[in-house]
Amino acid sequence: MAERLEFELVSPEQLLVSQPAEMVVIPGGEGYYGVLAGHIPMITTVKPGVIEMYNEGHVTDRIFVTGGFTEVSQTRCTVLVDSAVKVRQIDREKAEQDVRNFKEDVEDATNETEREAAEARLEIARARFEAVVRFGGPQQTPSGSTAPPSAGGSSH
Amino acid sequence: MPSLKDLKNRIGSVKSTQKITSAMKMVAASKLRRAQEAVEASRPYAERMDRMMSAMAAAFEEGDYTPKMIRGTGEDKVRLIVVITSDRGLCGGLNSGMVRTVRRDLQSLAADGKEVKLICVGRKGRDLLRREYGSLIIDAHEDVGKTQSAYEVATTISEKMARMYEDGGYDIGSVYYSKFKSVISQEVTLQQLVPVPPPAVPEEEEVIIGRTVQEEPKVEYEFEPDQEQVLAALLPRNLTVQVYRALLESGASEQGARMTAMDNATRNAGEMINNLTLTYNRTRQAYITNELIEIISGAEAL
Repeated sequence: MAERLEFELVSPEQLLVSQPAEMVVIPGGEGYYGVLAGHIPMITTVKPGVIEMYNEGHVTDRIFVTGGFTEVSQTRCTVLVDSAVKVRQIDREKAEQDVRNFKEDVEDATNETEREAAEARLEIARARFEAVVRFGGPQQTPSGSTAPPSAGGSSH
Repeated sequence: MPSLKDLKNRIGSVKSTQKITSAMKMVAASKLRRAQEAVEASRPYAERMDRMMSAMAAAFEEGDYTPKMIRGTGEDKVRLIVVITSDRGLCGGLNSGMVRTVRRDLQSLAADGKEVKLICVGRKGRDLLRREYGSLIIDAHEDVGKTQSAYEVATTISEKMARMYEDGGYDIGSVYYSKFKSVISQEVTLQQLVPVPPPAVPEEEEVIIGRTVQEEPKVEYEFEPDQEQVLAALLPRNLTVQVYRALLESGASEQGARMTAMDNATRNAGEMINNLTLTYNRTRQAYITNELIEIISGAEAL
């Protein structure tokens, strides 16, 4: 069996996932990349997209994140995100609706800052919708994660 | 001498006040637990963010491009101050202590001829500062954790701060918050946020939080897209985390202070009830004695 690395997914509100994985695929600022144990230390940005965890050659979990940072070291992969949700927990209709709403926001924006904010939201909504379309089906393997990721914006 | 009926009413009203204060204490205690959990839950993120920041700092070499947020504007004319207080009162001297410190500092800043801009979080701080410094308040937030989660508020504030800083809106940005030391002790704390202060000697608490995780050998990191862009994205996020931490600390402080205040109030009410009951019994006895005397002397006169 391949060597594993410690994978951690952290949002400002809680530690979402902390478990070993064989490989993690991360939506980096410059495109998706996979991290295996013994990876060269690196810090990258994370774009809105889907993180995939692999164990024993299969995807064990797909988590949608809205962007953040990754720190990779020899034995560890830490992802800091604003918010995260399991792909199969995303409401497809709502995701689609969000894309439409935010598109309107971008069109309605009256000034530059407003438009930038709306565009950022739209990008996240689009990525979320894509994630549902691509991976929305039932998953083959039930996940064994310690803490179920929930929407980052959950109230206290 | 107060009549028996008055005393009875008085005791009744103090008793119901005591019920209210002890209920408030219970509520504060359970809210405090939740607030503390939120502080705990936010730590992993902050720790890892710190680790990344120090990795970034270590990777920087002399002569590299440094963003404005680290370099500073080179001036100190305009201050931006974020004041975090609670929305509700009845939490002892928490808000008044905070506002007193802020007022004192605002006065000395004004004496130095500096311009000040205020962002108030929490209804109490805004109300208390509005009369004197209303013209300085550029933004106010309330209902943190109710209509908006604390992180959303932190994001709003930090984005505004970053934007204003880029536009040259101020030179130094800092935050006043109540640091939660224990249930009975909260401390008004001033923390500079912008420009990012150089890593100082870590405070006691931070040693406990930050260093026990794992002491790791120094490693050289690669950056993707590149160092500059990662840093440019990391800095605003770090600001958000700092504001978020301040908000959570203040939230815990508020509940702690309220719990202590209500505990005292309950105890005082209890003392008051004891005193009043004593007076009530004495008075009742005096009345009875009087009546007896009247009856006896009436009988003797026959």
